[in-house]
Amino acid sequence: MSERDQTNGKAAQATAQAQEAKRPGASRRALLGAGTAALAGVLLAPGIRLIEIAGAQMQRAPGEPVTDKVRWGMLIDTTRCSPDCNECVKACNTENGLSGRTGPTDSQWIRKIEIKYERTGRTVSAPVMCQHCAKPPCVDVCPTGASFKRADGIVLVDRHSCIGCRYCVLACPYKARSFVHEPLTEQKPDVPRGKGCVEGCTMCVHRVDRGQQPACAESCPEGAITFGDLNDPESAISRRVREIATTRIREDLRLDTGIRYHGL
Amino acid sequence: MHASQLTTPPSERRFWLMVALGGLLVLLALGAAHYMETSGHIVTGMNNHVVWGLPHVFAIFLVVAASGVLNVASIGSVFGKADYKARAPLSGLLCVAMLAGGLTVLSLDLGRPERVIIAATTYNFTSVFAWNMFMYSGMFAIVALYLWTLMDRRMNPLSKKVGLVAFVWRLVLTTCTGSIFAFLVAREGYGSALLAPMFIVMSFAWGLAVFHLVQSVIFAWNGLPLPDHVHRRMSRLLGVFVAAVLYLVAMHHLTNLYFARNVDFERFILLDGGVYPTLFWAGFVVAGSVIPLLLIYARGFGRQRDTLLASALVVAGAFCALYVLIVGGQAWPLNLLPGASVHSTFYDGQIAPYAPSLPELLLGLGGIAVAFLITTIGIQVFDFLPRDVSRPASAEGQAR
Repeated sequence: MSERDQTNGKAAQATAQAQEAKRPGASRRALLGAGTAALAGVLLAPGIRLIEIAGAQMQRAPGEPVTDKVRWGMLIDTTRCSPDCNECVKACNTENGLSGRTGPTDSQWIRKIEIKYERTGRTVSAPVMCQHCAKPPCVDVCPTGASFKRADGIVLVDRHSCIGCRYCVLACPYKARSFVHEPLTEQKPDVPRGKGCVEGCTMCVHRVDRGQQPACAESCPEGAITFGDLNDPESAISRRVREIATTRIREDLRLDTGIRYHGL
Repeated sequence: MHASQLTTPPSERRFWLMVALGGLLVLLALGAAHYMETSGHIVTGMNNHVVWGLPHVFAIFLVVAASGVLNVASIGSVFGKADYKARAPLSGLLCVAMLAGGLTVLSLDLGRPERVIIAATTYNFTSVFAWNMFMYSGMFAIVALYLWTLMDRRMNPLSKKVGLVAFVWRLVLTTCTGSIFAFLVAREGYGSALLAPMFIVMSFAWGLAVFHLVQSVIFAWNGLPLPDHVHRRMSRLLGVFVAAVLYLVAMHHLTNLYFARNVDFERFILLDGGVYPTLFWAGFVVAGSVIPLLLIYARGFGRQRDTLLASALVVAGAFCALYVLIVGGQAWPLNLLPGASVHSTFYDGQIAPYAPSLPELLLGLGGIAVAFLITTIGIQVFDFLPRDVSRPASAEGQAR
């Protein structure tokens, strides 16, 4: 559910509570509830408006080049991620036109991993996708330059120059790339894919360029995925990274990934 | 016209038979490649976890052996050994033929083989793969020039210099081929600088083994005896190379075993990984290295047919070694979080499945068929037959 949908839901709830309070004999608790909701609405509205404005500012005009002033990234709070929940994976599949099948030849741009620490027995669930490295091995190894990193840190595959050699699949330390093994039908217009080419998480670049969030971040019912500009010290993701302990998968490789995790 | 004039001579009949056989295999490979291209790689055994399979085993064998087979020419031209110099043209021809075979397989296995022109014209110079494309095309040009200097009397004076360039070029080429795996940072089976020199020494052994096989067949079919001193020299050199490969492979595994983080991978590849330890120990170590060494050096062996068998076993062992390295290295899961076990729907924490398919096998065999066809036609059309100068008895003694 999007932030806007959540806001609309809260407003509807507040109205219902206010109507309940108008009825003769309505309880004091209902009145208090409506008052609190109204107050919350007054307090939250400017913030929501600010988010909308920020989103509009992040939207890139057609033809406007991408700059390195922004570095898109995500912070995944694994303490809020349930092993039973697969919403981010479903949203990714729907947004990008993936089949959702999980056979060895099927594409999986994002997957849930279940982690068990050998020493403590602690278990953690977390989504893993392309980590959008600042120094991506897939870009280094690609013979034709089809694997590339945008100035804003998003790592992509140019479907027109990918020859399907799969060296990037071999080189990625995160198993974040898939190879399209069979002909595709019913593709999404925003997300062109192709048999014989390599593909992976695009951080929903088509949505990001429109000022929206990646589908996985938007779909998370627990709000465990924070998307934003890591270069902006005032962004929600930067503030959160400053406030809580975060780590990156295979930090030892020093690839400076754009995806960070809390609770690993 | 007289009836006897209509009869095709036996050697010519054999030539056309070989061309037909090679052609048939190439056609089957093209059919397999077309099937893979139209249906997608779903019809192969490869998947998102083992992305390089049997075609790559064939292709890398051919490319590595192509570089190594030129060793024969280098020993002749660069180091001035007359016995090897007589074999330099055949060595050059085999190099070009195997390189062409290997590249055919690599190109036809691409997800988008029609875009191979992009690979040939657009280079990302941080990519080891792109270095290889550059090195392969350069190798064709240099070896073609080298063959010209060897076969045209007017160009003979340049043969040593061009031979030296070819010698250096192929060392760099095989370094690059080894580096395809050596530069993979996250895979426990790869990521070692030792792979580059290991590939060079492997190329020496595998190339010389192929040369032995081809040379024996050519001499036998032409009814020529291979001089004993030549055979002895070349077979002992093969023994040295096979032992050196064994040493470097042992060092590679010992290095991995010394690093605690790689011990589980080594256990998988050497002990409990099913087909991989079997291929490693029975295929590469015993059949592909120890038995050939015995056939070359043990008392009572060392005859020409022993060397022939040893060479065939070295080639078979090479396929086993490459299968273990390429497929086994990918089958072992990536370690996302050291100290934790990880499971997912994407085979995290699991041994990746792989079973080679018929189209892959046909494509790989097609690469060998391309090399076979080029060699057969080259030998028939040009004069590539090694001509040994008969040696005085004293020189025979020195060769021993």
